[in-house]
Amino acid sequence: MAEIVIDGIRKAFGAVVALERVELRVADGEFLALLGPSGCGKTTLLRVIAGLESQSEGRVLIGGRDVSRLPPRARGLAMVFQNYAVFPHMTVRDNVAFGLRMAGAEAARTDRQVRRASELLHIEPYLDRYPSQLSGGQRQRVAVARALAVEPSVLLMDEPLSNLDALLRLEMRAELKSVLRAAGTTTIYVTHDQTEAMGLADRIAVLQDGRIQQLDRPATIYSHPATRFVGGFVGSPPMNFLELAAAGGAVRLGALTFPAPADGPIVLGLRGEDIEEVTAGAGFPLAVLVVEPMGSHTLVTGQVAGHRMRVVLPSERLPAPGEDIHLRPLPGRLRWMDAASGAAINPPNP
Amino acid sequence: MRKTLAPYLLIAPSLLFLAVLFLVPLVQTIRLAFRAGQAWSLGNFARMANDLNFSDAVLNTFRIVLIVVPLQLLLAIGMSLMLRHIRRGRDLVLWIWSIPLGISDLAAGLVWLAILNDRGYLNSALFDLGLISAPHSYLTYETPAALLGAIVLAELWRATAIVLVVLVAGLQLVPKEYAEAASVFGASPWQIFRRVTLPLLRPSIQTALILRTVLAFEMFAIVLALGGRNMPVLVSEAYNWQYANQDYGVAAAYAVVVMLLSLAATLVYLRVLRTPPEQLA
Repeated sequence: MAEIVIDGIRKAFGAVVALERVELRVADGEFLALLGPSGCGKTTLLRVIAGLESQSEGRVLIGGRDVSRLPPRARGLAMVFQNYAVFPHMTVRDNVAFGLRMAGAEAARTDRQVRRASELLHIEPYLDRYPSQLSGGQRQRVAVARALAVEPSVLLMDEPLSNLDALLRLEMRAELKSVLRAAGTTTIYVTHDQTEAMGLADRIAVLQDGRIQQLDRPATIYSHPATRFVGGFVGSPPMNFLELAAAGGAVRLGALTFPAPADGPIVLGLRGEDIEEVTAGAGFPLAVLVVEPMGSHTLVTGQVAGHRMRVVLPSERLPAPGEDIHLRPLPGRLRWMDAASGAAINPPNP
Repeated sequence: MRKTLAPYLLIAPSLLFLAVLFLVPLVQTIRLAFRAGQAWSLGNFARMANDLNFSDAVLNTFRIVLIVVPLQLLLAIGMSLMLRHIRRGRDLVLWIWSIPLGISDLAAGLVWLAILNDRGYLNSALFDLGLISAPHSYLTYETPAALLGAIVLAELWRATAIVLVVLVAGLQLVPKEYAEAASVFGASPWQIFRRVTLPLLRPSIQTALILRTVLAFEMFAIVLALGGRNMPVLVSEAYNWQYANQDYGVAAAYAVVVMLLSLAATLVYLRVLRTPPEQLA
């Protein structure tokens, strides 16, 4: 059992506040992604959990035990670093065995667990090589194998795929997911790549400016972003936002009228794929500026009501720049946000 | 043609410099050591070896090198690791520690002479505190151990910083993630040092030891300032043969011995502390 509880963690570097009283509970065996732009505090939070950074306030509990004041080696966790930090002066075998040897495990057990971790990550052919003789992807596997070899109850990963090229990243992502599912390890995974977070995690915590903006399942984060920031950060293309004025409980857009939750300035959020094309007069017009055929779909960037908007159309549909196309949101896909705060007005119903 | 010539033209001045001021004197010295009049001979080496001071000079040189160099390495490793944990004023501390590097050996020797001689600061202080009733002599023929200790102390003060500077530069090349990874995977501070930091620092330790040992074999001014002729070492004997005895051949023989010792030490370090290329970060 290794539930992780982050209880009011605050971290300040001098006058700069990196984390602002973060509360987080990661269930045993759960895969949680900490997602956010650089400088949002996600790596700092991970390092506080690992004990590599000391919190200014608050507690970290792992498996019910308060580890806030313990050094990293006493916290019973494993970690994969962004630049792997695979020891260059040790063979792959010694690297993978490192944690077990430090824990004083007997030779037979060390051998067994090293073999199992190397099989899982397909690095058996390289066990007697040195890291400098391996490619980036292979070193990454060694770093993961070193972490899994200790059979940790908690695994922390800091952007482990960010140094790999796109194709390898896709391959390792799928592999990581299956390996970690099999191991049943409680995992906290830091990333700035929203597709990684969406694809891997059971739940995502979106961080901005040292605060958790939203904590939920990937599908909910995607469809019901809690703030304008989350909608803009998660999803590719990002959610579209139209700043409109509501009057008499309604907002007009082209030929359409939507019931609005509040009067005055309001933000309408709409995902690019949550629309359908209709005939002129049955929707709102989008003045097409750029057309990008993506293979699986066509990405159209245009202008509506003075706002830039990106929509996703079927791949065979290729409107010409300068043309007007007519669109209507799919039912139930409109999101409303407060114009001043950016917070969602109709929060998701779980 | 122009392109292939350019690099050689660019290094030509330094090569010329080395040839004129290093290689030529080296060959001349070796030649001088092996000549007696117009013939080749080992006579200079025989005179050197039969001299009363020779075995003392060899023994003293090795004593000092074997005590000073390991102590300096240990001190410098400790100091460089301490520096890593200083957050504010790190540069200032490094700067202060490096000050002795900017002082000439002779000046350093005189500083320690002022502290340790019969009427020096140490004796005055001990006398004023009532700990001694009469000044002690530390630097005489009758107190070889104290004299050796004084030389070791002065050498540690003067030249540890050169080892420190090399190690600090080396430590900066070792990303802190290695130590962090080791600590996450259960290593104690000592284990991190022993299993991760020290092996990764090996190339720097090698450089520092070569540099420091070669210079230690050439040690001269500090020994002369503190011990005079009471503590003969190889280079001070070379000096005596050159200027007091006006025998350039024997002086050259001493110089050749010092050179061979330095060369041998360097080769030993290159071999023993070699890092295979595949184990470099």
